[in-house]
Amino acid sequence: MARTIVLSGITIYVLAALAWVLTAGVVRDGGKVELLNVACDPTRELWRDLNGKFIDQYKNETGNDVTIRQSHGGSGSQARAVIDGLDADVVTLALWTDTDAVRKAGLIDPGWEQKPNKGSLPFTSTIVFVVRKGNPKKLHEWSDLARDDVQVITPNPKTSGNGKWSFLAMWGSVRHRGGSDAEALAFVTAVYEGVPILDTAARGATMTFSQKKKGDVHLTWENEAYLEVQESKDELEIVHPSESVLAEPHVAVVDRVVDRKGTRVVAEAYLNFLHEIEAQEIIAKHYYRPTHPLVKKQTASQFPQIKLFEAIPLLGPGWDEIQKRYFAEGGVFDQIRVGRRHK
Amino acid sequence: MSTVGRRVLPGFGLGLGYTGMYLSMLVMIPLAACLLKAADLSWSEFWAAVWTPRAVAAYKLTFISSLLAAAINVVLGLIVAWTLVRYQFPGKRIVDALVDVPFALPTAVAGLVYASLYVENGWLGQFLVPIGIEGAYSRTGIVLVLVFTGFPFVVRTVQPVLEDLDAETEEAAAVLGANRWQTFYRVIVPNLIPPTLTGFTLAFARSIGEYGSVIFISSNMPYETEIAPVLIVSRLEEFAYKEAAAIAVLLLGFSFVMLVVINLLERWSRRHDR
Repeated sequence: MARTIVLSGITIYVLAALAWVLTAGVVRDGGKVELLNVACDPTRELWRDLNGKFIDQYKNETGNDVTIRQSHGGSGSQARAVIDGLDADVVTLALWTDTDAVRKAGLIDPGWEQKPNKGSLPFTSTIVFVVRKGNPKKLHEWSDLARDDVQVITPNPKTSGNGKWSFLAMWGSVRHRGGSDAEALAFVTAVYEGVPILDTAARGATMTFSQKKKGDVHLTWENEAYLEVQESKDELEIVHPSESVLAEPHVAVVDRVVDRKGTRVVAEAYLNFLHEIEAQEIIAKHYYRPTHPLVKKQTASQFPQIKLFEAIPLLGPGWDEIQKRYFAEGGVFDQIRVGRRHK
Repeated sequence: MSTVGRRVLPGFGLGLGYTGMYLSMLVMIPLAACLLKAADLSWSEFWAAVWTPRAVAAYKLTFISSLLAAAINVVLGLIVAWTLVRYQFPGKRIVDALVDVPFALPTAVAGLVYASLYVENGWLGQFLVPIGIEGAYSRTGIVLVLVFTGFPFVVRTVQPVLEDLDAETEEAAAVLGANRWQTFYRVIVPNLIPPTLTGFTLAFARSIGEYGSVIFISSNMPYETEIAPVLIVSRLEEFAYKEAAAIAVLLLGFSFVMLVVINLLERWSRRHDR
């Protein structure tokens, strides 16, 4: 008798565990129609706030309930998950090439950059410096990073979106001022020679800099820089160089998935909502730069006015070419001997 | 004597079927998929993907640090297993339970904790770095976390064998005039070699694929502290699935050869058993 109880207990436990495992992995926010937003890592809090607002608004306007499930991970691995069959209704990734890889797999229709009606870019960001309190090494401009006494913390551009944008910001800072590619290479090489640790992902680099106190300057997205400084208990501060790259984390509806699931209307409403004033205000609150002219004006004081250059065509005619030229196997980054100054 | 009568449980067919299915689903099919993916490349493409100076440096680092870590684990594991089996002391059961912690802890946590401890301003690093021991962001660090992740294997393979050793065998050796060293060397050690080799193999194999802990304690510098799994991830980021699979296949091939060699050694060490 006792054995039967134990055995059935174990069976129930195993079945429950199995059911839990099979249904887990995504967060639900309550409702009927279900959208899955496959996003990159650092946008967790941003989407939580945006989703809450959208669910309320959608209920008010149409009377329908909608659930939004979120999945977060590295931008590239998220793209691969969608390509391999994760049923994402929308993808909100850090890099154009990641979203376009989903298009190349036939899941998104060509021309996604122009959609939905107001463009696929509800917010932008840029790469800034986080330095130790008081900026002891006096780092103000990109050119300061190449100095012999400066150690730079930035993740590997081959494995991290954050690392890629930082690399492009460095390279672009030279080209934008009329420098040649050769000068850009010399500058970027000098900076990477001062990189003591090449973390594989953005989060690792943040810990290396803020917790383990390695390096003099950490290159990171503007919104992450604000969070890093807030969490540092007054040990860090942000420096905005006078120019930097315009980071463009695009959003897109995954056409094949929404057509199959019949969620196109909601998915497009969701992305359109991002361009509305309420959403744009939430976006600005999370330190992403809003793209709505009105909200842009309202929050201008929050974002220092620095010159933001676009990667295209400054660094290459298109993202595929940029990826290939700088980050592919045997590309520019592979020619650079990282960390040589610190042997 | 008939073997049929010795079967405690019926169902050889079911058992074998289950084993076959389990191995296919969990091991063979994924492996075959990996091989197939890499097989899309021509020979020259395959070699171009797997045999660059940077990749070779990464393989060397991965295999040498894994071997080193497994070797260290043999020494540590034997001492711990011996202590746990042969001595009585308060808190023994807690120590015994602690041995398994490296399996339970997410390895990324281990990497992060080790890195914070051994970095210049860390608890241990502040004393060790001035005397030249850099435990974080160095090859030493990589070996350190690999020792951690592989630690339980040798202990857990040697422990039961040590427990099963008859006291009578040692007494017999003593009665026959063996001194303590001879008893240890001629009676105990031969019994411990096979489980030690098994533990070594497991720890070694575990280390080759370890990613989570290493990327946090290594500085991941190409040619110096970049392990082979990082190469696979960087190729995946380019959506170069085939090239990533090619590197995986090469690593698998290497590991397979080394495992075969170790298994042969183990068999040779058991040559007197039967």
